[in-house]
Amino acid sequence: MENFNILVVDDEPGIRAGIKRVLRKFTVDYPFMDDEFGFTVDEAATGEEAIEKLKTHTPDIILLDNKLPGIQGIDVLEYITENQIDAYVVMITSYASLDLAVKATKHGAFDFVPKPFTPQELRSSIENVSKQLFLKRMTAKMHKEGKQIRFQFLSLLSHELKAPLTAVEGYLRMMQEKSAGENIDDYMKMISRSLDRIQGMRNMIMDLLDLTKLESAKKQRSIEQCNLTQLADNALATMQPSAIQKDVELILNANENVVLTADPEEIEIILNNLISNGIKYNKPQGKVFLKLEENEHNVKIIVEDTGFGISDEDQKQLFKEFVRIKNDKTKHISGSGLGLSIVKRISDNYQAKISVKSELEKGSVFCITFLKTN
Amino acid sequence: MTEKQYKILLADDDPDYLFQIKTKLENFGYEVITAESQKEAENILKQFQPHLAIFDLMMENDDSGFILAYRCKSRYPEVPVIIATNVAAETGISFRLQEQSNWIKADLYLEKGVQTEQLRENVTKLLNKTYGKL
Repeated sequence: MENFNILVVDDEPGIRAGIKRVLRKFTVDYPFMDDEFGFTVDEAATGEEAIEKLKTHTPDIILLDNKLPGIQGIDVLEYITENQIDAYVVMITSYASLDLAVKATKHGAFDFVPKPFTPQELRSSIENVSKQLFLKRMTAKMHKEGKQIRFQFLSLLSHELKAPLTAVEGYLRMMQEKSAGENIDDYMKMISRSLDRIQGMRNMIMDLLDLTKLESAKKQRSIEQCNLTQLADNALATMQPSAIQKDVELILNANENVVLTADPEEIEIILNNLISNGIKYNKPQGKVFLKLEENEHNVKIIVEDTGFGISDEDQKQLFKEFVRIKNDKTKHISGSGLGLSIVKRISDNYQAKISVKSELEKGSVFCITFLKTN
Repeated sequence: MTEKQYKILLADDDPDYLFQIKTKLENFGYEVITAESQKEAENILKQFQPHLAIFDLMMENDDSGFILAYRCKSRYPEVPVIIATNVAAETGISFRLQEQSNWIKADLYLEKGVQTEQLRENVTKLLNKTYGKL
């Protein structure tokens, strides 16, 4: 059981003892909390004493009487706000004055308890504060874990970026040492491999830029009514050269004006990534079908290829960052391992569902289903 | 035959790195058996005892090199193992052999960008230490 620390500031010893008694055996728990919370109570008889205590300890909750012998409760509250003491303040007031309530709220009081109060009134106020505290702690924790994930991403990234550098550097050294003799023709394989690796690195940097845009895009996204058919046409035109190179045919199957409410740039990234995969992992004379389907509830982007297919086991890994499915067929195809994780991130932004169906040697179907809102 | 030819098992999932190190080791006069994955290396180890093994750290798994080192050492305790990695310099993770060698069974860590001469030195040293000077 975790404990919240409460500081009771009240000049009447009877009230302090009463609060202690009520909270001693009181615990709170909520369906969404793993643990229940108890309370430890500390006390101060004056505002001055409270401030002394706050200099060394920060409680989680402060129960603060407004009417005190020396400085007033509202002054203590002011001290708390000024010194940015991270505690929730519940004011205890003997007469509800609108004036005080406004002033106290302005200074960050979280709740009010009328005086005299029943044990139940005290408990329900404390319960309320505890819930806030719990949520705040959870958010802080998740924030921290977010940082952790970012760190893991960065270490992976540095590894992925350094690998091609090491490879190119290695080839250059071998040429410097003339390891294959004096004839430049004997180095052609090394040179073309170096160029391939540099191209791969460039692709990865482009993908990373997409990813960075997504990360920082929360404010800059421009959601509009996109003509999806138009976007699909453009994407196919962009991909046409690499399709010709690989001897793969691109086929669009869509009504003229399929409309989707989205950021067109993000949809473009999805289309380009899926089509590019369909081409890259295809066989000569293979096909990539891009289908757009629309009904009253949703809009679907479906990309189907006649390529190598993906095993059930590999499908589970597919959307993770830097995961590349490695086998004899994909070995010499360069990729950043970021494309599908980017597609996934964007789809998540729209609460769109991604599904994959695939059969080895036959091909794969990627389907993204966007729900129509309103 | 004046000199016994050492056989080295080299595992790395980067085909370029594999080719480069293989070429270098062959130029030093060693015979090289290559594996492109942890799985392939595991299969080779089942049938064959190399004189020395060089494993890339990150292949199918982030710790493929450690797993292979462990497998290799439990089957052939005397075979020296080198783990090649890009990770140390980039992440600031430093591997301290002494303290960790209870569970990480490697004799040496090598940064991947290492120069030819340094590679030759390290490999020769480990082979000499294990099998005596020829």
